[in-house]
Amino acid sequence: MLSRWLLLGEWKAHLVQAAVAIIAIALGVALGYTIHLINTAAFNEFSAAARSLSGQSDLEVRGPRATFDESLYPMLAQHDHVELANPVLELDVAIPGNLHERRDATLKILGLDIFRASVMAPDLIGIPAEDKLFDILGDDAIFLSPAAMEWLGVKQGDPLQLRVGTQTITLRIAGSLRRARAGQRIGVMDVGATQWRFQRIGQLSRIELKLMPGSDRAAFKAALEQELAQRGQYLVTETADQEARIANMSRAYRVNLNMLAMVALFTGTFLVLSTQALSVVRRRHQFALLRVLGLTRGQLLKQILFEGAVLGAIGSLAGLALGYVTAATALHYFGGDLGGGFFTAVKPEVRFDPLAAILFFILGLGITLLGSAAPAWEAATANPAPALKSGSEDAALSKLATPWPGLLCLASGILFTQLPPVFDLPIFGYLAIAQLLTGGIVLMPRLSALIFSALSPASAKRKPGTVASILATLSLARLANAPNQAAIALSGVLASFTLMVAMAIMVASFRVSVDDWLKHILPADLYLRTATSGDARGLTPDEMKALASVPGIARVDFSRSSQLMLDPSRPSIALIARPIDMSDPGNTLPMTDDAIAPALLPRNAMVIWVSEAMVDLYGYTPGKQVTLPIAVPAPSFIVAGVWRDYGRQFGAIQMQLADYQALTGDRHVNDAALWLQKGVTPEQMMKSMKSLPFGNVLEFSEPGQIRALSLKIFDRSFAITYLLEGVAVIIGLLGVAASFSAQALARTKEFGMLRHIGMTRRQILGMLAVEGGLLTTLGTVLGFTLGWCISLILVFIVNPQSFHWTMQLSLPWKGLLAAALVLIASAAMAALAAGRRAVSGNAIRAVREDW
Amino acid sequence: MIFKLKSLLTRSLNFFVTFFVVTCVVATCVFAAPPRFSQVIQGVPLTFPHDFGAHPEFRNEWWYVTGWLETPDKKPLGFQITFFRVATEHDRANPSRFAPKQLIIAHVALSDPAVGKLLQDQKSAREGLGLAYTKEGNTDVKLGDWYMLREENGHYQTSIKADDFTLRLSLAPTQAPMLQDDNGFSRKGPQPEQASYYYSEPQLQVMGTVIRNGKEAAVKGVAWLDHEWSTAYLDPAAEGWDWVGANLDDGSALMAFQIRGKDGSKVWAYAGIRDASGRFTLFEPEQVTFAPQRTWRSPHTNATYPVEMRIQTGATVWLLTPLQDDQELDSRQSADAVYWEGAVTVTRDGKHAGRGYFEMTGYVKPLTL
Repeated sequence: MLSRWLLLGEWKAHLVQAAVAIIAIALGVALGYTIHLINTAAFNEFSAAARSLSGQSDLEVRGPRATFDESLYPMLAQHDHVELANPVLELDVAIPGNLHERRDATLKILGLDIFRASVMAPDLIGIPAEDKLFDILGDDAIFLSPAAMEWLGVKQGDPLQLRVGTQTITLRIAGSLRRARAGQRIGVMDVGATQWRFQRIGQLSRIELKLMPGSDRAAFKAALEQELAQRGQYLVTETADQEARIANMSRAYRVNLNMLAMVALFTGTFLVLSTQALSVVRRRHQFALLRVLGLTRGQLLKQILFEGAVLGAIGSLAGLALGYVTAATALHYFGGDLGGGFFTAVKPEVRFDPLAAILFFILGLGITLLGSAAPAWEAATANPAPALKSGSEDAALSKLATPWPGLLCLASGILFTQLPPVFDLPIFGYLAIAQLLTGGIVLMPRLSALIFSALSPASAKRKPGTVASILATLSLARLANAPNQAAIALSGVLASFTLMVAMAIMVASFRVSVDDWLKHILPADLYLRTATSGDARGLTPDEMKALASVPGIARVDFSRSSQLMLDPSRPSIALIARPIDMSDPGNTLPMTDDAIAPALLPRNAMVIWVSEAMVDLYGYTPGKQVTLPIAVPAPSFIVAGVWRDYGRQFGAIQMQLADYQALTGDRHVNDAALWLQKGVTPEQMMKSMKSLPFGNVLEFSEPGQIRALSLKIFDRSFAITYLLEGVAVIIGLLGVAASFSAQALARTKEFGMLRHIGMTRRQILGMLAVEGGLLTTLGTVLGFTLGWCISLILVFIVNPQSFHWTMQLSLPWKGLLAAALVLIASAAMAALAAGRRAVSGNAIRAVREDW
Repeated sequence: MIFKLKSLLTRSLNFFVTFFVVTCVVATCVFAAPPRFSQVIQGVPLTFPHDFGAHPEFRNEWWYVTGWLETPDKKPLGFQITFFRVATEHDRANPSRFAPKQLIIAHVALSDPAVGKLLQDQKSAREGLGLAYTKEGNTDVKLGDWYMLREENGHYQTSIKADDFTLRLSLAPTQAPMLQDDNGFSRKGPQPEQASYYYSEPQLQVMGTVIRNGKEAAVKGVAWLDHEWSTAYLDPAAEGWDWVGANLDDGSALMAFQIRGKDGSKVWAYAGIRDASGRFTLFEPEQVTFAPQRTWRSPHTNATYPVEMRIQTGATVWLLTPLQDDQELDSRQSADAVYWEGAVTVTRDGKHAGRGYFEMTGYVKPLTL
């Protein structure tokens, strides 16, 4: 009864503050839960879609490259422990037509043997027209999933044009894959027809194996690996590997997003702390009285924690509901991609996840309790007699100002920055950020006292007498002598501003680095490629010759890119073969300093240049001798240097095109970089190239366009980051407004006294605005410093550890300055608005309250 | 046996696609370059051993072995092993080794009155990569680990590992091949192009083993082999057929069939009897009459089959009595057909004459597309 009365009384009086705390908790929980739900839904759907493509197989055999020779198939099909072997040729085929509209649009086509696939993956069997049953084996028939039909705007019976190298082939849509997963865009053909139509005679992508009932899968896998090792390079993988591969693909991105949600919750903690601390301080007399009247310490402690728990529970529940709705909306309208580009072409649906909900509820509640703990403890342990006296508020908070915990946090944070990643994730990096932030905020009262005490006499001396100087002196005196309340008011905004600064610096550094990198990797005047991605056959040697002989070209560099799987539990790496300047690879590649001087390389050794991710993930350090499974037997190479790659976080290798062609016999290329003779414009060149027999399928880009497009993609993938930052800052500002208004009300007596000694309301308001402004300025400066430190962690620890790339630091001064000014101004305004109410009362009554 | 073939595909619900096929109305697929199949022409003599092998230039072909076995404890078992080859219209220019130009389908069934119904299994695959084939020159067919091979001495070896049982049989001929109808040119309807090439090997001596539930039993018995290939189609008026092939105790062999029209009438019929000395008697359609004696209603499909059939060839009356009533093959889940195919005892003019296999199709729905 008493507890409810206390709670409701307090909330009625300080509704805004309670509301802000609840909103902060709710937003933190909502963000975390939304990201979790979207990620889980997208990941599950993507895995399920990937799984549906491999059906119920126990094991999968594939090569390190996209395809391998089919001769392995009869051997596996007749293997002792194999009940069924299902050969699959999987291709990503370019769709001709409007290249810009469907940029990078490819259709995944599976070439299957229906007699085997119908056992292994029955959902992938097309349904032909009643009178055309043989279409299922047709040499020109393709079956499309409903999502693919919708996406391409076609129906059963229509022709479908697809790109093979520079040629266009026409298939007939023979029916639909009715049981394909919703949203999954795939096509299915007969495997023999696929090999023929897409010029992959003799090639398969993988062979799925179903083992005899009762076979020991692990033992069979080991034996098969050994057996296959004699035939060439093959990878025997399990479904679990595929899941791991998918998880690895997006893990760093997901973890980083979740960290952003944690930031929101973290900010929430400080807001709860400030709400609760101020509320406890305000009710010091009340509590002291209750203690005198017989309430025990324990009861009081429970009461305050209970108040916190109610805030936390309401906030968390609201957050869960909001999170679920947001996730459902986001998935419905934007898909599960979250801007990361990992989960495209699936249509996930949100599913309420009770376990995660409980977890986030506990997190939200725990954080509120944590925020309430210190104030509650202080109130409960206070000696009732002095507490009954007026003016003890700041003393009450002084316990929070012990420097040791703060210093300890900072020290451990610095220590954490030196620790290596855990499971490829920068766990200690994030912990270091949390520690620095906490330490900084905990030390805030000390710092503000120190700084304002130092300023206070200085300001008093410099301009004596003027009203302005009196106001400044008063404000500074207040800030210097009662720093704890001020600091608490600021902690929320400090947390959010710090993190905003850190993120802004990180993103800016990243963007500038990417921009520089793009300039470096795009030195030519014009770029051309055939079809957009992966499996396209590319240009034949004759077509290359025809291209190179177009007049006006000063130089042309062809390149061949393909995928290489070195580890079945990791996504494939990119292998790029092109002419590279041996004497100075930096002319071709954006090299880091980590390289072996060309003169020191052994003569006649084949060399490769690896991206930074290759060093982290596969240990390809310069000077190391490595073998690559691109030919049988696997040729060995020396790692000659490391280059920067912001495009492929899973790793990429560059090698000489001549080496590649000699080793693999693959004479096709995908891309060409063109340097034009003086006086020839890119437009003229495009025009003359378009007149080649295969000219109409060539896609041209100028470096500027590629750069613009890349930066657009970059910005899009950081959009969610910007959004979360904004939310954090808004929560912080709400907190500032709420705590200022609470403080202003608490200081009614003080204002009454000031009125008595002759200050006008205006002057008091001015004083409040100065106070707010000064405080926020300090917070901003501090936030900036802390944020800069944290950005160093983000740039030099978190990014290299999660995404395996390094970048230079750049500070977006203008943006940060603007944000700081906006913040200071709005804090001053908030203080002013809060004060207006406090000074509006009768001065005499205000003073009389103080007995 | 006359039989099945054509209509393959798809309803590949849980298992494999099988097909089923009556030589019937042409598929209307329009392919890039449909292959041209050879036609069955009267007067072209069969040549052995070449014609023991496959004829990929014809659309359909099958090797079909049925027979009675005896277990060590003197219990009778019926068995049926069939390998089909179906040529598709997939473009012959496709160089892929996976190109599905020929499909191989196999059915196996074991009839044991103690079980009360057929134990059956089936497989299908595209020909190629050494995993499934029908070779030319001599009988050599393989589908995964199921195979049937004719050795130089004329003996057949076959091994079938089905889901519920394994059959490993060796079949030794005791007589020359029996060329059906006009020296192997077998008419199937009133039109001259409705025909197949067809020979049988009756009175094959069987030795081998049957493995069931992990228990291996030595078996011996007598079997009948049919090999038939054609391109043409069943008469559009046909709804199904009844066929019997029987090894008689006196060493003679009886084969008779009738093709039924949609109204139950006889579209075509044929019977051939060859005695132990090799004397061949051929009956014209109007001399052959099938008359149902007793029907059995399938609890699986509700179809009603005349499981006891009276057949008159000229002046002779034959009566077929099933080893068990339920010898229905329901392959609607995998193939698209239901038929009855089972072991029967045969009487001639009221006296026990021998044992054979009886097949009835088209009792559930017309076997046409």
